[in-house]
Amino acid sequence: MLELRGVTAGYGRTIVLDDVSVVVPTGDAVAVMGHNGAGKTTLLRVAVGLLPVRAGTVLLDGEDVTRLRPNARVRRGLGYVPQGQQCFPQMTTMENLQLITTSKAEIRGVLDTFPALTELLSRRAGLLSGGQRQQLAIARTLLTQPRMLILDEPTEGIQPNVVQEIEQVILGLTQRGDLSVLLVEQHVGFALRSTGSYYVLESGRITAQGEGGAGALDSVRAAMAV
Amino acid sequence: MDVIVSQLFTGASTGAVLLLVALGLALTFGQMGVINMAHGEFLMAGAYTAYLTQQAVSNSDVSLLIALPLGFLVAGMLGLLLEMTVISRMYHRPLDTLLVTFGVGLILQQVARDVFGAQPKAVASPTWLHGQLDLLGYGYPVTRLFIVTIAVGCLAGTAAVLKYTALGRRIRATVQNRDLAETVGVSTRGTDRVTFFLGSGLAGVAGVALTLVTATVSNLGTSYIVPAFLVVVAGGIGQIKGSVIAAFALGIVGAFLTYYTSGSLATVLTFVLVVAFLQIRPQGLFTVRTRSLA
Repeated sequence: MLELRGVTAGYGRTIVLDDVSVVVPTGDAVAVMGHNGAGKTTLLRVAVGLLPVRAGTVLLDGEDVTRLRPNARVRRGLGYVPQGQQCFPQMTTMENLQLITTSKAEIRGVLDTFPALTELLSRRAGLLSGGQRQQLAIARTLLTQPRMLILDEPTEGIQPNVVQEIEQVILGLTQRGDLSVLLVEQHVGFALRSTGSYYVLESGRITAQGEGGAGALDSVRAAMAV
Repeated sequence: MDVIVSQLFTGASTGAVLLLVALGLALTFGQMGVINMAHGEFLMAGAYTAYLTQQAVSNSDVSLLIALPLGFLVAGMLGLLLEMTVISRMYHRPLDTLLVTFGVGLILQQVARDVFGAQPKAVASPTWLHGQLDLLGYGYPVTRLFIVTIAVGCLAGTAAVLKYTALGRRIRATVQNRDLAETVGVSTRGTDRVTFFLGSGLAGVAGVALTLVTATVSNLGTSYIVPAFLVVVAGGIGQIKGSVIAAFALGIVGAFLTYYTSGSLATVLTFVLVVAFLQIRPQGLFTVRTRSLA
């Protein structure tokens, strides 16, 4: 379970998140939606430890991890797929994966999930397409064997046929039951389909929250239109 | 023809020394982006380690072999200490790092002068390195050949560590995207320290090797630090293969220029050539090709 309690954070003098609280219960999937600049990515950066909080607490499975560095949070089961299909561009696809583990069985496991990567193992990650890099980013994060997975706009800027593949994988992950998922996504329909509950974030504050599912589409759109 | 062969050998030998000095810098500056002006003093620390080892083990045939790993450890520990106490507080502040490490270099030089005196210290080369080897009709000093061997060995070792080990992957990941490396579980602070240890240690090995061709003095490093930076920059930041080519190119060009002009003019002309080259190709010999910057 991931819990952000009364988090305030920002950059320099700018406050981006103001007293935000979000809970992702164990085994559940939660979506955070909002317009550009609402503070979604900042919220995730706080959760993984890339941005320190000015006030508030981050709890992971009940443990206060607010002061822990990101790598220590990863060791406690927090996985993060950042925005922008990030990878280590000068390393090959295989080296990106081997950064986490050299276990052939584990790597084979994630390659089963993303078979397209199998033929790209010796190619430098910087030369992959956006969709391939996103698959690599998710595969790499899955290798860290997270109990809590955070995904930041996983389908942003990716060609439609690959988006479907990635959506299928994410849907599968959210339905696994042993994995909690926090999903930031602008594609509201997909976000609500994949998750059990949602938060709407606008100008650094939570403005709406509720149960997910297709029925929530209108209320989320209404909340985001304000 | 004789002139060409002899200058090629002389240049290759100077290039090997430059490579050895620049290799550590290729890690700390090329990979980590830290402008460590005290790197030359790690060279000096390695050279004095060779001197002290010879004082303790009078048999010069074995003292050099003991001094090589010892020099690596001593300079590596100094580098680690510098990283933990000073440089770690100055990441992303290159000008501050440059100034502070320049000051640290001066302090280290003064400490060496106080401890060992201002007079150069000679380190006797082992008997198995005496003499010359006949290569293409040119008598090549065995000491120089040994330095080339050490340079190639260190290069191969560094490349193998970076390419094939988990530590190498962590170093490259940290260099390429620090935040991302943290979020996949890499302790970037720990990786910084190990990288700095390795880079400084290589300077120590270079210092030990230099005692074979030059006397050990407290300002030994100052003559090598600028050419070493030139090698890394001209080779392309973060590209070790670029440093290799740049080191040998500078060595060979310098040798020919020295032959046809004079030592000091050759240095000036070499600098001018490097500056002109960087005007045409500011990114150095090699760059990284990617489809995006992510």
